[in-house]
Order: sequence, then C-alpha cells, then structure tokens
Amino acid sequence: MYKIRKAEELTTNIYLMVVEADRVAKSCKPGQFVIVRTDEDAERIPLTICDYDREEGTVTIVFQIVGGGTQFMSTLKEGDAFHDFVGPLGCPSELTNEDIESLKKKNILFVAGGVGTAPVYPQVKWLHEQGVAADVIVGAKTKDLLILEKEMESVAGNLYVTTDDGSYGRSGMVTNTIQDLVNEGKKYDLCVAIGPMIMMKFVCKLTEELNIPTIVSLNPIMVDGTGMCGACRVTVGDEVKFACVDGPEFDGHLVNFDEAMKRQQIYKTAEGRAFLKEKEGNTHHGGCGHCN
Amino acid sequence: MDVLKRVPVREQDAKERAANFKEVCLGYNKEEAMCEAERCINCKNAQCVKGCPVSINIPGFVEQVKLGNMEEAYKIISESSALPAICGRVCPQESQCEGKCIRGIKGEPISIGKLERFVADWARENGIKPQGAETKNGKKVAVIGSGPAGLTCAGDLAKMGYDVTIFEALHEAGGVLVYGIPEFRLPKEDVVKKEIENVKALGVKIETNVVVGKAVTIDELLNEEGFDAVFIGSGAGLPKFMGIPGEQSNGVFSANEYLTRSNLMKAFDEDSNTPIMHGKRVAVVGGGNVAMDAARTALRLGAETHIVYRRSEEELPARVEEVHHAKEEGIIFGLLTNPVEILADENGWVCGIKCVRMELGEPDASGRRRPVVVEGSEFVIDVDMVIMSLGTSPNPLISSTTEGLEVNKWKCIVADEEFGKTTKEGVYAGGDAVTGAATVILAMGAGKAGAKGIDEYLSNK
Repeated sequence: MYKIRKAEELTTNIYLMVVEADRVAKSCKPGQFVIVRTDEDAERIPLTICDYDREEGTVTIVFQIVGGGTQFMSTLKEGDAFHDFVGPLGCPSELTNEDIESLKKKNILFVAGGVGTAPVYPQVKWLHEQGVAADVIVGAKTKDLLILEKEMESVAGNLYVTTDDGSYGRSGMVTNTIQDLVNEGKKYDLCVAIGPMIMMKFVCKLTEELNIPTIVSLNPIMVDGTGMCGACRVTVGDEVKFACVDGPEFDGHLVNFDEAMKRQQIYKTAEGRAFLKEKEGNTHHGGCGHCN
Repeated sequence: MDVLKRVPVREQDAKERAANFKEVCLGYNKEEAMCEAERCINCKNAQCVKGCPVSINIPGFVEQVKLGNMEEAYKIISESSALPAICGRVCPQESQCEGKCIRGIKGEPISIGKLERFVADWARENGIKPQGAETKNGKKVAVIGSGPAGLTCAGDLAKMGYDVTIFEALHEAGGVLVYGIPEFRLPKEDVVKKEIENVKALGVKIETNVVVGKAVTIDELLNEEGFDAVFIGSGAGLPKFMGIPGEQSNGVFSANEYLTRSNLMKAFDEDSNTPIMHGKRVAVVGGGNVAMDAARTALRLGAETHIVYRRSEEELPARVEEVHHAKEEGIIFGLLTNPVEILADENGWVCGIKCVRMELGEPDASGRRRPVVVEGSEFVIDVDMVIMSLGTSPNPLISSTTEGLEVNKWKCIVADEEFGKTTKEGVYAGGDAVTGAATVILAMGAGKAGAKGIDEYLSNK
C-alpha cells in the first residue's frame, strides 16, 4: 500500500496528492509517469508525475475528475492509501539528457493547459535547478481553474497566465499568447506543450508556422504501461509508436493528433459522455472527445 | 474397459460454455483417475519423462494414483514442478510426455496431463502444501517477473535454502498465467492464486509494482540491494502489428490488450471498472494459442468470431485441443486467408477487414509450406472489431539498462539452455525473454535450469 501524505483540492475537480512511493521517488525524472489503482478492483490510471522528493520518498500527482475512477480517487484523504502505485514509466524528458551549458543558451517556452500545468511544473523546476530560466505560458478556462500558479512563478523565468474568458491575466487561448510573445520580439528555440489534445494540436500548428521545434506529452489510453498491450499506439511521422515506452514525449509536428483524438474515444459510451458533461460542468473541455 | 482407450474427461457442454467463462474441462474424479492410471504399463525406460521439460517422474506418480495414494503422487510431482495444477491444464502434452507414451503406439496415450491436474487439484482441496527448505543458506537471489519461469526458478531456489524475492511489474503476480490465459482454461482464483500461494509458502517474497529497468536496475539489485544473483524471467514483450492500412482504427486491438483487459482486469465481468469493447462480429488474425484464447473470449462476450490465418489447418500453431474446443464452440475458421487492409467508417471505427486468399507453395525456412497470394482473390469480411494476434517482440526495458547483458539479432537475451547463464556474471535468464514467445512449460523448464545454474554459481563463489 502507498500512503497518502497530503491530499488537497486545488480547484474544482482538480486534486493534488503527495504519495509515499519510495522506489518511484528515488528513480523518477521529469517527464515520466506512474500508474495508480485505488483499490483491488480498480482500473489502472496513468498520471504524469508533478513533483518528487527523493529524501522523503514521496511523489506528487495532480489529477482531474474525468470519470468514475478519478471521481472515487478524489474522495481519498490524507492517511488513506493507494492499492498500487507503479513507476516511473516512460522516457524522461529529453531536456534531462541534454548538456546543461547548451541548455543555458537556449530560449525555451513551456505551454501548459489546464491540468497539464502539473506535468510542466517538474520540467521547469528541474531547469531552474540547473540554472536555466524558461518562459512559461499557463492557460486555464477561467481564473478559478488556474492551478500551481505560485509554484510555477517561483521556478519560471517569465510566467504568462491567460484565461479563455479573460477573468485573470491575459485573455484568450494559449496560442494567442504565443503569437503575442513572438510579435513582441521573443525568439524561442524550443517549445514544450502539455495539455488537452486539442490544445497541443493547435499549439503545434502555430509553432510549425513559427518554425519553433515543439515537444508534446501524450496521455493516451493504456493498460500496463510497460509496452505489453499496445493500446497507447500513436502515429508519429510514418511510424507507429507506443506512448508508454517510446514516449510519452514526441515531436509535436509529427504527431497525428486527429487519429490520437479519435483513439481516445474508444471506451467512451454515450452514457459516459453524459456523465462527464454533468460532472465536469464548466470545466468540461474536450475530455469526452466529442465536443472539441 | 478397453485398455487402448482413455477414460474420457468430462467437459462443459459446448453450447453452454460458449456463453460463460467457467472452466471448459471439468477434469477426472478419483475413480476416473485411478482407472486411467491402471492403463500405465510403468515402462522401465520411460519415454514420457524424456518428453517432459521439467522431467517429472511420471511413471512414479501415476503408480501412486493407481494405488490411490494421492498425497504421495503429489510429493513426487512437487519434486520437479512448482505449478502442477497449471501444467496439467495448459501444457501441450500431446507433443511432450503423452506424445512419447508407449501406449500411444497402438492406442491412445495415457492422459498424463489430466492425471497431473487431478493430483494437484486433490492436494489443493485437501490442504497439502509442498515442503520448504529446513535451513536457509543466507544467500539472496532476485527474480525478475512472476510468470511461469520466475515462479519455478524462485520455488526451486527457495527449496534449496535461498532467500528469494520476485519483482513483478504488474499489480498482481502470475505473469501470463493471469494476464494472458483466460479463466475458462485456467481459473485464476482457485488454481493460479493457490499455486502462487504455494510458492510463497516456500518462503519466496513477491514485490509487485516494480518495473526493473525503470524503478531499479539489475546492477542496483546486485550492487546496492545485496542480491548475490539475478534471474530474468521477464516474458515476451511488445505486441506485433501487421503494418497494413487502417490498423490504427478504433476497434483494432492487440491480443495482449484484449486478453489483459479480460483476464487481469476482469473486464469480462459486467461489474468490472475496466472497460472492454464488445464486438458484434470479430476477426482474430493469427493461429496460435493466444489467437484461440482471444477468439474464444470474444465469442463468450457475444461476438460472431472469425479466425483469419494465412496457412492451412495443418500449420495452425495452436494446440490441437484448443482448436478442437474453438470449433466446438462455433468459432469460424478463415484459413488460407490474409488481411491486406482494415476498413473504417467516417468516424474512424472498424467496419470490415479486406483479405486475400492464399495457397501453399514451397516449404520456407520454418519447414512449413509458404503461403502465396491468389491473384484477384480480394474479399471483405464484415466485422466491427479486429484482434491482432501475431506474436511479440522482446521488451528492451531490461537489456537496454543492463551493461554487459548480450542480446541476439532478434533482441532476445542470450542465455545457455542448460543453466540459463547470460553474458553477465551472476545474471541468469530464461523463458520468453530468451526464446521469444513459447509455452508455459518451456518457461518452467528454463526457470529450473536457471535455478540449477544460480545454485552452482553461488555454491562455488
């Protein structure tokens, strides 16, 4: 069992948990993910690692309620435990393999959307620890749904917050902010975009025009997370890749997003979609795969 | 009684079982088992033992069944096998022990598999457990993977007095026995879990949720966690796809995914939290045991199910019994048929599989006649779901993170057959990770060889 050290509702339907998982905490790197199960009969849920503390042996996860499994997970409290917590899975962010000196010379832009802010955070933090300041755009539907703003502020070079409805920070989609920054004269050598599939698709469309190489992190349907099932296959350029072992990060300009979005709907039934819409209320932004 | 004929084994009726997940074969009762054992002529130079990858003393245990001494029979089997209830169910006996049986020359061979199963089930029902080591030797061995190779290796080493820990990547122990082989062939709760408990009763520890190569490396196990040797039994790996158009459509699954959802995650049960697609008409591409398992699962979930296989019935790699059962249950065999494209509707869902007819030409490298396309024979099978069962390619997770561990050109770990010795000191390997996809019993044989190799290495160290 993997004890929950801390459980916090960050905002409506988005939760943060600090979990005791010694082996994962000792070996994980930014960009990797875990698979969790709440109890003996629960489904396996993949979640990107948000933070880790090697000394304490803890891993931080952030998740959004998107169905029955995550709904139940949100009821867990400090002192409760996960039945299973396996990882780290997937490849670490490529940034962690690069030469620090050459990273310092690069202008890197992170684009985080919604709950995707959580997996962006450890990468920016890691760069900050190496002395690299990266720009970060965080997008949220509305002010109340913004998460990890303070945390991000303390590790980012410049932080740009934008809300779809203009209730906080800049107004509009993350792509507007990217365009604004470039218009203001900012030059970027690399973009890392993590968020809803539809956001990553449009960020990639824009950065391709702007000629900025872009990495995205995919979170497709998976079962085992070790390469065994092939559920998470995604077309990247001419090749079929398994997101769990070849990814989760890929060259965003080569990912077939339309296919990936279709594949996300495989197990979504009509009832399931209705449930999502009702539960997610005004945070509903394409998670059901049917209202992009 | 006709000594040339076997005592028939009771099975669930084909029509009935096609709609449930209960075990197909019901096994012998004590009278039937003793009656079948009577047929054994107890050969001095027993050929059956030579056909057994773990060399069970078959005439020895059959003799005890004949006399009604089931506990004694169980002890004899346990000397060689840690998982008899499983082997009795899933071994390809017809090409191993039973294939060599002298009785088989004139009549039907002894039903060795069914007798083994009976003895193991009897022992479980009567609370008989295998005997552990009396004294520990203080040496630690790590076993990677809790499938048949790992469990056998761990069980043998524990009996020799080693302190053994198995590391399992999934949340449940058993490997292919729990994620791959369906309930109707191998009951999980009553058979697999109980056999794993027996291995644990020998003192073996099992740590689940540990992905070796990610959470910890082989070198860390040896140098930091104090293990004196490691056995790798990490299994087969990544599912293969055909590379034909339409394969990414919604409704195309690997057999691994489909079976893992149904078997490990219990998605066949309506109350399961893990979903599985219920196809109306399903094509399963491939002809091995895994293809049969996937097809028979789809059938039980309500689908009209087609096997699509490019060679003829003679070349089907699946066990004869599995093919026989599949046919009885109503699986449609599309032999000498090869898919060329998967058709999808405007929303990306499978709506058909385009195939060509094949004919057999000259023998190829495998000795089987090579299938050749019949020109102009394209046709479409109307299906809403396709399961690809084409085998697997090795998972690089361990080989790519272990310095000095050699792999061959197929990326399988190089290990010798007799002792499972790899190119890295203190590291042994066996099962599908070494041979590529094979059978439960061959993996068990490799687990035994690995245990022997590790014992020899650590005794001389």
